Amino acid sequence: MSKKQWFFVILVVLTGAVIVFAPLPVRAAPPTQRTFRVEAGQFAYAPAVLEVNPGDTVTIELVSTDVVHGLYLDGYGVSVTADPGQTAHLTFTADRSGSFRFRCNVTCGALHPFMIGKLQVGPNLWLWRAIALTVLAGLAILILHPSLPKAQAS
Amino acid sequence: MRSELTGFPLVKTLLKNRWPQLLVWFVMLAGFLFAILSGFFGTPVGNRNFGIVFVWIAWWAVLILVAVPFFGRGWCAICPIPLPGEWLQRGAIMDPPGKKPRWFNLRWPNRLRNIWLQNLTFTLVALFSIIILTTPKVTAIVLAAMLFLAIGMSIVFERRTFCRYICPVGGFIGLYAQAAPMELRVKDKQVCLACKDKPCYNGSEAGYGCPWDVFPGGLTKNTYCGLCMECLRTCPYDNIAINTRPFSADLAKPSTRMDEAFKAFIMLGAAMIYAGVFLGPWGGLKLAAYSFGSLAWFGYTAAFLVFIFGLLPALFLGAVGIGKALTKATITLKKSFTAFATALVPLGLMFWVAFSLSFVLTNAAYILSSLSDPFGWGWNLFGTTAMPWQPYLTTLLLPLQTLALVVGLLWTARTAQKAGTEVNLSPIPVIVFSTAATIAMLGLLL
Repeated sequence: MSKKQWFFVILVVLTGAVIVFAPLPVRAAPPTQRTFRVEAGQFAYAPAVLEVNPGDTVTIELVSTDVVHGLYLDGYGVSVTADPGQTAHLTFTADRSGSFRFRCNVTCGALHPFMIGKLQVGPNLWLWRAIALTVLAGLAILILHPSLPKAQAS
Repeated sequence: MRSELTGFPLVKTLLKNRWPQLLVWFVMLAGFLFAILSGFFGTPVGNRNFGIVFVWIAWWAVLILVAVPFFGRGWCAICPIPLPGEWLQRGAIMDPPGKKPRWFNLRWPNRLRNIWLQNLTFTLVALFSIIILTTPKVTAIVLAAMLFLAIGMSIVFERRTFCRYICPVGGFIGLYAQAAPMELRVKDKQVCLACKDKPCYNGSEAGYGCPWDVFPGGLTKNTYCGLCMECLRTCPYDNIAINTRPFSADLAKPSTRMDEAFKAFIMLGAAMIYAGVFLGPWGGLKLAAYSFGSLAWFGYTAAFLVFIFGLLPALFLGAVGIGKALTKATITLKKSFTAFATALVPLGLMFWVAFSLSFVLTNAAYILSSLSDPFGWGWNLFGTTAMPWQPYLTTLLLPLQTLALVVGLLWTARTAQKAGTEVNLSPIPVIVFSTAATIAMLGLLL
């Protein structure tokens, strides 16, 4: 690669780093108390996607509609178990932004490993950063290697 | 950029000698049979059953995250499925080949000498995967069916026809093996041309003719070489080498085959569907995929097939067509389509890596508990039965998946550019297609 190309690669890497790490201005709503009643039945949660703001105090009332189900929240490491017909409570502060899967942590049947829901704390910034990174990668390679077909190149 | 691994005497001895491979085979065969037994006789709870946990979590993790990306068909070199059939076919396990062919020894029909059947078998497995992956008995039936089909085919046909033309796993391993930084090749093609008896293909007292029906002298890509090492043993001129090489070396020459092109779409599409069904929050979709025979299942099946065999190829064809129009090339659309489909190999591989990272890291905790209690009968062989489930490295998961997908896109874009140069077409629309597919996958995973 020529010096110019190396310079371009370094520029792209730095831009990528900015995309990944730069703090973004997010309109912060004042923290509030949020309560969700989540019904767990083989093999889904309803509602399956919960959206809260960063800093909210979140209470999940987990109600099992058939067998024993659990709810383990990735990233937060908190969990709760609900017996059939009973309501179990899980309260935590949503102090980490992003998208987090929650999943059943009590073996509940065939599709147990795939009983999954999603907690969205604030906007899904990581997804937008990842998309920006993807577009940057696509553009960078087109600029770095214009790759004109042989006929046009000659 | 190539380095000959067989140049190291220890490596060469280990690969040429039959004993190390045989020992690994025995371990693999024992594990495989044990997985079948646990599926039939163990607990019906999938995540507590050795068959499910070791095949679909442990083996799958090793296969897709390590074996295929770095060793290509390395798994095929130690796969236990063809062994009983092959031993029956040869009438021996270790002995040199006899003169007379055993059993029927038929040639595989010319019309079927492609990977369409492998495309079909993989599609079937993928379609029923949510049932297979969660039901120990169904996993046992599938594994046993593969074993007995391989035995049956070894009796009727010559060589390893099951591996080459039927195995649902072998098809995609072959596709992605093109990207691996390892290869088996001849050192000097002239030596092969001058060689009269071609013992690498026909066999000799030193070993068997290529079980994969490949003449090593003509090898230009990894797709159909099973790394069984027979040619290393039979070549009288020491002309076979195992080399390390740059990643995706085989992809520089685009494919011209439609069956291989469709394999790329099947793999790409299946990874996206799996990400939605297995890892998404949509319970209805999971139940539709699981409820075999129901109206919802038929709807899921129709959507699955239309997406993989209709929508994805149609969008890709549109992209190729735009590239063709941009460059006013004279090459046929079919040739452009197959050539550019080669570029989807790295993207598909990295889609599977990203999907598997999530699947494996959240379910790996079951490995130790099922090792202690493989049948779910209440055993505690290693004191790990009661180990609580917990997902691993969840904070690293999203960055790792993003990295995998972005690397996949860069790799595919570069491959598309090279393919574009080969066929004199603009790769830009294909790169745009790949970028859109990557963004869709990010949406499903993140």
